[in-house]
Parts: sequence; structure tokens; C-alpha cells
Amino acid sequence: MDEGRVSRHRAGAKLWLAGGWLLLALLAAILAPLVAPQDPLAQDLMLERLPPFWIDGAEPGYWLGTDSLGRDLLSRLIFGGRIAFIVAFAAASTACLVGSALGLVAGYFGGWADRVISRIVDVWMAFPPVLFAILLVAVLGTGLSSVVLAIAIIDWTRFCRVIRAEAMGQSRMDYVENARIAGYGRVGIMLREVLPNVVPSIVALLSLEMGIAIIVEAILSFVNLSISTDDPTWGGIIAEGRLSIHQAWWVLVFPLVTLILTVLSFSQFGEALKTRFDPVLW
Amino acid sequence: MSLRAPAKIYMLLQRFLIRLLTMVVTLFGVAVVVFVVIRVAPGDPIAMMLPPGATDADIARLRTLYGLDKTVVQQFFIWLAGVVRGDFGTSISLRQDVLGLVFNRLPATLELAVVALAMAIVLGGTTAVLGARERGTMVETGIDIVSGAALSIPDFLWGLVLILLFGVLVPIFDISGRVSPQLDLPFVTQFYLFESILRLRLDLTFDLLKHMLMPAVALALPLAAIISQLLKQSLKEVLDLDYVVLARVKGFSETQVILREALRNAALPTLTLVGVQFTFLIGGTVIVERLFSYEGLGNMAIDAVINRDLPLIQGIVLVFALLFVLINLTVDMMYALLNPRLRHG
Amino acid sequence: MNTCLDIAKLSAVLPNGQRVLRSVSLTVQPGEVRALVGESGAGKTMIGKAVLGVLPSSVRIVEGDMRLEGEDLGKLDPKARRTLIGARTALIPQDPLTALNPSRRIGPQMTDRLVRILGWSGEKADKRVRQLLDEVQIRDPERVLRCYPHELSGGMRQRVLIAGAFVAEPRLIVADEPTTALDVTVQKQILRLIAQLQREHGTAILFVTHDLGVVAKISQKVSVLYAGKVVEEADTAALFSAPQHPYTRALMAATPRYTDPFASLKPVDEAVLAGLAAEIASADKAWRRPHG
Repeated sequence: MDEGRVSRHRAGAKLWLAGGWLLLALLAAILAPLVAPQDPLAQDLMLERLPPFWIDGAEPGYWLGTDSLGRDLLSRLIFGGRIAFIVAFAAASTACLVGSALGLVAGYFGGWADRVISRIVDVWMAFPPVLFAILLVAVLGTGLSSVVLAIAIIDWTRFCRVIRAEAMGQSRMDYVENARIAGYGRVGIMLREVLPNVVPSIVALLSLEMGIAIIVEAILSFVNLSISTDDPTWGGIIAEGRLSIHQAWWVLVFPLVTLILTVLSFSQFGEALKTRFDPVLW
Repeated sequence: MSLRAPAKIYMLLQRFLIRLLTMVVTLFGVAVVVFVVIRVAPGDPIAMMLPPGATDADIARLRTLYGLDKTVVQQFFIWLAGVVRGDFGTSISLRQDVLGLVFNRLPATLELAVVALAMAIVLGGTTAVLGARERGTMVETGIDIVSGAALSIPDFLWGLVLILLFGVLVPIFDISGRVSPQLDLPFVTQFYLFESILRLRLDLTFDLLKHMLMPAVALALPLAAIISQLLKQSLKEVLDLDYVVLARVKGFSETQVILREALRNAALPTLTLVGVQFTFLIGGTVIVERLFSYEGLGNMAIDAVINRDLPLIQGIVLVFALLFVLINLTVDMMYALLNPRLRHG
Repeated sequence: MNTCLDIAKLSAVLPNGQRVLRSVSLTVQPGEVRALVGESGAGKTMIGKAVLGVLPSSVRIVEGDMRLEGEDLGKLDPKARRTLIGARTALIPQDPLTALNPSRRIGPQMTDRLVRILGWSGEKADKRVRQLLDEVQIRDPERVLRCYPHELSGGMRQRVLIAGAFVAEPRLIVADEPTTALDVTVQKQILRLIAQLQREHGTAILFVTHDLGVVAKISQKVSVLYAGKVVEEADTAALFSAPQHPYTRALMAATPRYTDPFASLKPVDEAVLAGLAAEIASADKAWRRPHG
């Protein structure tokens, strides 16, 4: 099909662009102590609010300028990436594990399991998610594990809803019926026949969720409820930037661009992977 | 074949009652969850209220006053009994009736959400119709790319982008507050925008809109993108159907065909989704209000969490939940009413 | 008098370059019924859609012209073409279940062309529609006009669609397999109805069908189509008494007869098809040379 080829072509380009940015950001975060030009925590009142390199008054070595305490913005962004990626991977995979398992059970087994799980999802959907996350972190106390847990708790429903619907569709297919006639057990069929067919959706959602987790972490940092006030986080830098927006716009612009690129990349990467994995489109 | 009128009404009523019942169950679940979560909190809200030199006796007295000396289950049912009577308790940090506080702030949030929803529908609908009319051209590709980006970037980031663009770069809109503080407000309700229009104080309407525009756009963009994508997709499906071909043969132009023949049938599947998405939009007001210092319910909610104001948090979360289930109920009923198949049997 | 429809050397291609119409020429005289017969995939519906300007966007006309009462459709700008087609032609669609908008009542669906395209008053349009409903033997027009499509049976919907086709007195109607989707018992009534209205209104019809039995009943002229190519063209009576082309003969042999319903059905003869395929391949080769 002609249209299929075009969308696959686009998916390929997306995969490389999005994957490239994510790889770059991830490598920078992992190698932060090696690649960051300055100490992200070093304050120097002589260097406060230095502009980025192309503007008059910039200092060499402070490529993206400094914030109101004279801390190097690029170094803070690179170190902030560490927390962002840790939160993204940990929170998204926890949410994915819980949500997909429940969704698979609800969708495949139906009946009471489905009714109970669906009711719980209904209750969860009636919470404003951001407020719920803020509340959870306030309750659990600030810190990395609280943030990861809070994000997993609010967002497992995303996986549950999608996987439930897909598993439900799959369980009506003839091949599931055939497996049952062949005498396989219900759990065996679920894991062997249904699960592989919902994997593309799980992968796409997982990637999307990583972007969302980074945003939620940024929001939590923004309201001063995330990891700690000392370690640089993207949300924390944004909160500072919002305050000094009229004096030093770059403190807001650079973390914002970083966040947007990362979130866009995660969602596009997921979509592209799904297109890639989808046996029907190939 | 069509049912007779009483049977139709009966069917709708039955559907409505079932929905109402699940709604109550959901709300009860929300109340339980929020109550449990809050009671797990390690910080002592009473200790935070009192000056550092307070005695244990003072703390004990206040604990009794707020009912915190009872077991969690007892506290829950005392609170629930109050809620059913319309008594949500007293805010610890603001020392006022919770329901009064919530009703004071809710209108601001509702106005913001409704303006954002209207913007999303207009923007999403227009681009969907345009994209469907120009299907297969560069125009459609352009719309796809823009809506894809608008969808992937959440309201929080849109808010920041708008603050940079229209608050700093080209400062034409207000990026803080709900209304200019120096204005005299003659309002008796908290629905400022609505009331300013009724009173024909268009100067105030203009000022309110100037404040509301940026947060509303931030909230509207992701929803507009979803509406645009979904509606365009279902429009394109409908546009291949025989009755649309027939309308083209009759001599109607492509725009007329889309608006008269296709839009209504294509909008129906989109409608259900818009309901769920509208609740997401309202959920987004929490952080967007914070971002724009807009004095709504969400902004108050974050303060309540930071101050560990348990009764206020419970009240606000429950009101949000009530709002969400009501929206879902409305959408469900609208779907039943608009779908001719359901409507006529 | 002008020829009602004159198609000359019409060719159309898919995006991959494959021809779906191969230099099709045919005419329909005023008041005449021309049947367009062929197996599914022969391109007969495509011709009807090309005339009405509603080809799928993937199909592109690359050569030939179509004249509607002398007006060259290819030379008109899109808006004028649409207006002309709207005023002078109509379509009786194949599937009455999908050819009416499910969310609009029958009444407005029947009057909208008269009021909004041809500028009639609502009252006049309403009167005209009732007259046509009477002609297609709908006994309770009041109720039908207020109905939504799903409240009517398939046969009733097809009557409504036939009435809708004749309502603006078109010069040409394209009937696209109008009986295929219906029950066998209803098929005959609908066919009779179309024939009767056609006679009374003197409308020319381009009647697309795969059913030679229908061809014999309704048409005066026939074009036999195979793979987007007209292989034989004749008066209906002549065609049935003395089919010239081997494909026509094979098609007739493959058609069940009411007189002998238990005779074994033969598929269209394979040798004939092989000969046709070779003929078409060489024609395509010759055609591609100037057209790249």
C-alpha cells in the first residue's frame, strides 16, 4: 500500500530524530560529571545572571548563562537530566507493570475481575491527577522514591484502560478460541497468545508515560515538592526562571526547550515504535 | 422499528438511574481514598497551626475540636455524615467553612474551564473541517504536524511558552491574576465574567478576558488537538459514504457537504471523548492556575496541600470528583439524546 | 437534439499507473436507457462516478472527454461543473441502507436540492416531493417525510431514493446497481418502478448492472465492459439474439436462466478471458508509449 509506505517512512524519520535527542540527553545525564562545564551547585555572586554565549557580557565556559545565584545553567540542566531520566524510567515502568497486569486480567478474564478493576479505575479517573500527585508527595514526604511512587500511583490507569480494551478485543479472536479448544489453560493463553499482541501498545504507552513522568516531576519541583531544593531539577530551574523572567529570560527558556524536546521525543518515539512493531502495517 | 414514546423515556430514565448509581459509588470511593491518603500523612496539622510554645494540653484541645482524637473509621463516618448534610467542616489554615471557601473559588475555575473548552471546540472543529476538506494536500499535512505537537506538549509547558511569548517578548496579555487589582468590582456573584456581561460592563469583561486568555489557551491547545485529530478522522470516514456522494451529486459544495451531511454524524464519536478530555482539562487547571496566579479552586488546593489543611483538601478533591462524574453523566445523556438510533429505539 | 451524454475515449488510472478505464466511448441519447454490464471490477461503476464527478480521489482521469448535453465537463471550472451536474443529473445509489443520512429526516433530504441548489420555495418543493412519493407508490408521505432513515425498510428507502432522483427532472440519471442490495422479491418491484418513471418522465438513464436479466428488462442499448474496456456495444435486442464478442457469449452462458434454474452454472470461459487479457496487455503497451 502506498499510504502505508509513506507513514512507515515518516515513522522511520521520527524514530531517528526523537531517538537521537533522547540518546543525547541520556548520555549527557549519565556522563554529567564529565561533560558538565561547571559545578552545578557552585554559586558565584560575581557571575550572577550572565547571558548565554551569543550575547554581550557572556563569560566563556558558561555557554547558556547563569541564574540569579551565579550557577551555570548548562551544568544544572545536564545534572537535572539525571533526576528526570531516573524518575521517567522508574515511575513509568512501575505504572506500566501494575497497570498492564491489571488491564490484561480485566480485559481477558472479564466478569468480576473486570468489574472490580474498572470501578477502581473509575474512582482514580475522578481525581484531578496533578492535585493527587501533589497530595501524595506531601503525604509521602519529598524525595526521589516518593516522587516515583506518586507518579506510578496516579498514572497506572493509563495503561490499565488501554490494555484492558485491547485484551478484550484480542480475547474474542479466533486464535484465542482455538488455543482454548486445544486445551491450553486460561493464564497460559493470556500470557502466550494475548500478551504478545498488546506489546506494541504497551511499548508506545511506556514511552509516552516517560515523557509524562518527567512533566509531573517538573510540576512537583515547580511547586517545591519534589526531590530536594539543592539538587538541580528541570522543574526547579523552571520555577527559578519564572521568578526572574524579566531579568534573565534564558533561565526559563533553556529548561523549557529541553523539556519540550524531551516530552515530544518520548511521545513521537513511542508512536514510531508502535508503527514499527505493528505486524499489520508491515 | 421505533419504540413508542413512553418506552423511549423509560429507556433513557433507566440509563440515567444506572449512571447515577455508579456515580455515587465512584464518589464514595474517592472519599475513602482521599481520607485514607490524608490520614497516612506523617506531619501533624495541629502542631503546624499553633505557635512553637504551645502546650500538649493546647494540642489535645484542638485535636478534640477537629475530631482528630477519634479512630480513622470514626472520623470518616463523622465527616461523611457532615458531607451528606452539606457540612464539609472547617478549614484549619483559613478557619472558615470549607464549603463557603470552595464555592467562593469554584466559579473562577469553571469560567476558565468553560472558556478553554469553547476555544478548544472552535479551534479543533475548524481545523478538522479544513483538514477534511483539503484531505491529501499540504494543508492537511500541516494541520497534522501542528496538532501532533499541540497534543504532545502538556498544558503546563504551553503555559510557560505563552508566558514567555506574550508576557515577556510581546507583553500584550496579563499573565498574573484574574482581574486587574485596581478595578472596582460591582459583582455580587463570583462568576465575574458572566456577571460582567449581564451588567454590560464590557470594560470589565475585556479586562477579565485579557487575564483569562493565556491560561485558557494553555488549557485549550492539547484538547483542541485531540478534537481536531479525532473529528478529522471520522469526517474522512464519513465522507466516503454513499449519502455524502449523493449530496455531492445533488450539487452541494465540499464545505456544504461536510457541514450539512458529515459533521453531525462524525461528531458523535468525538463527543464521548471530549467529555473525558474535558475532565482532564479541569484537572489541568490546578497547575495552570498556579502558573498564572489565577485565584481559582486549583490554586487554593495547592495551598491547602502545602498547609496540610485536611478538611479543605478533602472538600476540594470531592468537589473536583463531583464535577468530573457530572460531566461524564452529561456527556452520556447527550450521546443518548443525539444518537437517532438510540433516540428512536 | 443534443446527445444527452457523450463519453469519448475516457481513460483513468490509479496512483500506481494501472489503467482502470481504457479509452471508453459511449453515448446515451435523450430518453434512452443504456445498460452498462460487466463483472465486478470491470469499471462500470467508475464510469458512472466519472460522469457525476465523484470519483475517489485516488482515481485520476488522464484522457478523453465527457459532454453532458453538449457541455464539455472537462472545460468547466469545478464550481460550474458541480452546479451543472447538480441541475441536470441524479444518482440512484446501490445501497439504500447507506445512501441516506442517518441523522436527518427524509423530508429535508429530499427537498434540499430543490430549495438550496435550484432555488425553489419550500412550499413548491414540498408539493413536488409529495407528488413524486405518490409516483413511487408511497401511500403515507406524511409519515415517511418525518421519518429518520432507519425507521424505513430497505425497499421503502430505495423508493425514496428513486423519487429523490426524479424530483428535479434531471436529463440523465445514473443508476448504480439499484437493485443489487435488495431482496429478490423487492428487486422486481423496484425495477418496474424505475422503468415506469423513466417512461413517464422521459429521462435518459445510464444503468449500471452485472445482471444480464436486468439488462434485458430495462434497456434499449447495452455496452459490455471488461477490465475497463468496452468489448461490445449493441441494441439490447440484437445483443441477446446475436452476441458478437466471445466475452459477451461467455457472460451469457454464465448467467442463470429462470427457465432452467437447475442447469449447472458455468464460470466465464477461461480461454476467452486469456484471449482478452492478451488483447488488453498489448493495448496498454501501445497506450503507454505516448502517455509515458
